[in-house]
Amino acid sequence: MSDKIIQITEMNKWFGDFQVLKNINLEVEKNKKIVVCGPSGSGKSTLIRCINRLEEHQQGSIIVDGNELTEDTKDIEKIRAEVGMVFQQFNLFPHLSILDNCTLAPIWVKKMPKKDAEELALQHLEKVQIADQASKYPGQLSGGQQQRCAIARALCMEPKIMLFDEPTSALDPEMIKEVLDAMVNLAKAGMTMIVVTHEMGFAKEVADEVIFMDEGMIVERAETKEFFANPKSDRTKLFLSQIL
Amino acid sequence: MMNKLNFLQPDKNNLNTYLYTGVILVSLSIFIVFLNSFFNKDIISFLPGSISFFLPLILGFIGLHLIRIDYSGLKFLDRVNKNINTNNFNAFLSLLIVFVIIKSLPPLLSWFILDANIAGDSKDVCTGSGACWTYIKIWFNRFMYGMYPNAEQWRINLSFIALASLGTIGFFATEKFKKYLTLYYVVVYPVIAFFFIFFFISGGPIFFDFSYGIIAAVISVIIGFFIPSKFKMYYFIIVPITLYILLKYVFFYEELIELGKLEALEWVETGAWGGLSLTFIVSFFCLIFCFPIGLFLSLGRRSDFPVIKYFSIGMIEFWRGVPLITVLFMSSVMFPMFLPEDMFIDKLVRVIIAISLFEAAYVAEVIRGGLQALPRGQYDAAKSLGMGYWKMHILVILPQALKLVIPGIANTFLALVKDTPLIFVVGLLEIVGMLNLAKTNPEWLGFAMEGYVFASVLFFIICYAMSKYSYNLEQKYKTER
Ligand SMILES: Nc1ncnc2c1ncn2[C@@H]1O[C@H](COP(=O)(O)OP(=O)(O)OP(=O)(O)O)[C@@H](O)[C@H]1O
Ligand SMILES: [Mg+2]
Repeated sequence: MSDKIIQITEMNKWFGDFQVLKNINLEVEKNKKIVVCGPSGSGKSTLIRCINRLEEHQQGSIIVDGNELTEDTKDIEKIRAEVGMVFQQFNLFPHLSILDNCTLAPIWVKKMPKKDAEELALQHLEKVQIADQASKYPGQLSGGQQQRCAIARALCMEPKIMLFDEPTSALDPEMIKEVLDAMVNLAKAGMTMIVVTHEMGFAKEVADEVIFMDEGMIVERAETKEFFANPKSDRTKLFLSQIL
Repeated sequence: MMNKLNFLQPDKNNLNTYLYTGVILVSLSIFIVFLNSFFNKDIISFLPGSISFFLPLILGFIGLHLIRIDYSGLKFLDRVNKNINTNNFNAFLSLLIVFVIIKSLPPLLSWFILDANIAGDSKDVCTGSGACWTYIKIWFNRFMYGMYPNAEQWRINLSFIALASLGTIGFFATEKFKKYLTLYYVVVYPVIAFFFIFFFISGGPIFFDFSYGIIAAVISVIIGFFIPSKFKMYYFIIVPITLYILLKYVFFYEELIELGKLEALEWVETGAWGGLSLTFIVSFFCLIFCFPIGLFLSLGRRSDFPVIKYFSIGMIEFWRGVPLITVLFMSSVMFPMFLPEDMFIDKLVRVIIAISLFEAAYVAEVIRGGLQALPRGQYDAAKSLGMGYWKMHILVILPQALKLVIPGIANTFLALVKDTPLIFVVGLLEIVGMLNLAKTNPEWLGFAMEGYVFASVLFFIICYAMSKYSYNLEQKYKTER
């Protein structure tokens, strides 16, 4: 039994004629934290969206927790329930209160009794420090609070993997820290995480490995220290010099 | 101390001077028009024709100009300035509107009230130049109930009162029952309404073929509550059908033939229904049916399955592409030809189906607009939480989309209510149909105007109530985005 929770082999994806992802090979072990970085348009979002099949790939295979994602995967919902995702634009449900945002999926997807779901939601909201906002609506919260709520919402499904797609890039600088703190805590608790971000401080602090993508390809993958200390490809060096 | 007066630029310093002059000028202009319109006296007729025509406007205009003082400190004046007197053009329009109202009041008043007749019970009393409300009074019953027999009209009244009070249950529901309200309004209430209409207003034999089905459904729903959810799916397919067959062919067979002859209430065929009550019945059922049909069509149009998608597109484009009047005509003339010989579907039912499908196409497109307005992130978020198609739509997408399209839906519903008069093409006469019938009655020729005014007022009340209600809904479900 391997502890590779995500296994992507020879994966290719096109949008029409345009090849977004080229020959992606990626294995992620349980409890590892991976940071993905790269210039805009390099296909980072597309890659992690493929992992819970918000996008379909055309070639190669993606295996998540032992289930291969194909066109006729019957229980794609079950797999998605195991993979939490946090989006750049938060994507909270504006018609529901913060608490209801968090309990909606546990109640209706996992069939959890309402009371238990609320208890669980409050626990997770407590962890990201917005339990006091539980009865408000998303529109009444600041960006940072919304994003933390989005993290809590994903955690309420008790996922095995968490995907983050630039969770802090729609936020003002002073709010970035509160979201990153929540993510650091989560990492320390042992969650398997794939994080697309440009926050290199975060990468240095928690990531086990860093992946650099460009033009749809994984250009470089290395242990965090190695990645920052001596990047191999010139493209990575250039990118790092721009971003640091 | 006296400030210099500059009449081109009134300011706060000489507030009183400007205010008095302005108010006097405006009052004078209104007074002139008022005298002219109400007492037919032209106090400025000594002036040349064109000047005397424009003088009130000019006076009022100057007056309004003089009182246009920003932040005068007088609350009322500031309100007036802000609302009807912001600039010269608005002042001009405001004056014009006031004059038109004053001008048109006397003739309207005299037609509606002063010269109108309402006493008596034949058209001989209508001698004045005003409206003949006697006509409405005499025909009122027909306008409300059509040809429905007078002695039986209590059935309509009772049904409507009962349904109206059942409809208000939502306001009294306690917190505990709130979650069942949607179920109640979407399923239970329409079924109750249907029973009322079918058994009570229509009357006739209590037991007929259809009623086995109803009994079977009711029994199986009641028992259904005690069935474990694992088997519910099969249960609701098998049990009602079995019950139906048992009821029809085994238990009740002999007795029912007897019971079927038992007529509790006199049967009134739908052809005799009419007037405002028919407007209500047709509108009510069409509203209830067209919404879910439209909802499914709009979802279908966005479906990934080609069959469902093209079926929905076909339905929507077909029903939007034909005029309602031809649809109604087809439903009464063409449709029966496709039915088997011995099968008969009531005219009213066919009309309701036709209008529902027709309006459903519009509802579908309105809802689709709402669905498209939602950002893709909402779908992504719902999916990433493990929701399937139905959960995603019911819990996340539709609550938001429907909220967005309340004004559009209200629009369609209002249009539907105002389209109901078209059912005259199949011989059903709701209120406008009855009016058209009444106006050709040789006894009562020449009162079309009163009739149409009467119908307009009724339609306005109904539609305005609906529009107010939709506005309230909009406010109630408004959340910050
Ligand atoms: N639905 C789509 N249809 C067509 N092309 C798309 C679609 N989504 C993304 N693309 C294209 O695919 C490429 C990769 O997009 P992606 O969003 O994965 O980039 P990214 O690395 O996340 O960039 P950013 O840092 O700006 O978020 C881009 O060139 C983009 O234009
Ligand atoms: Mg991106």
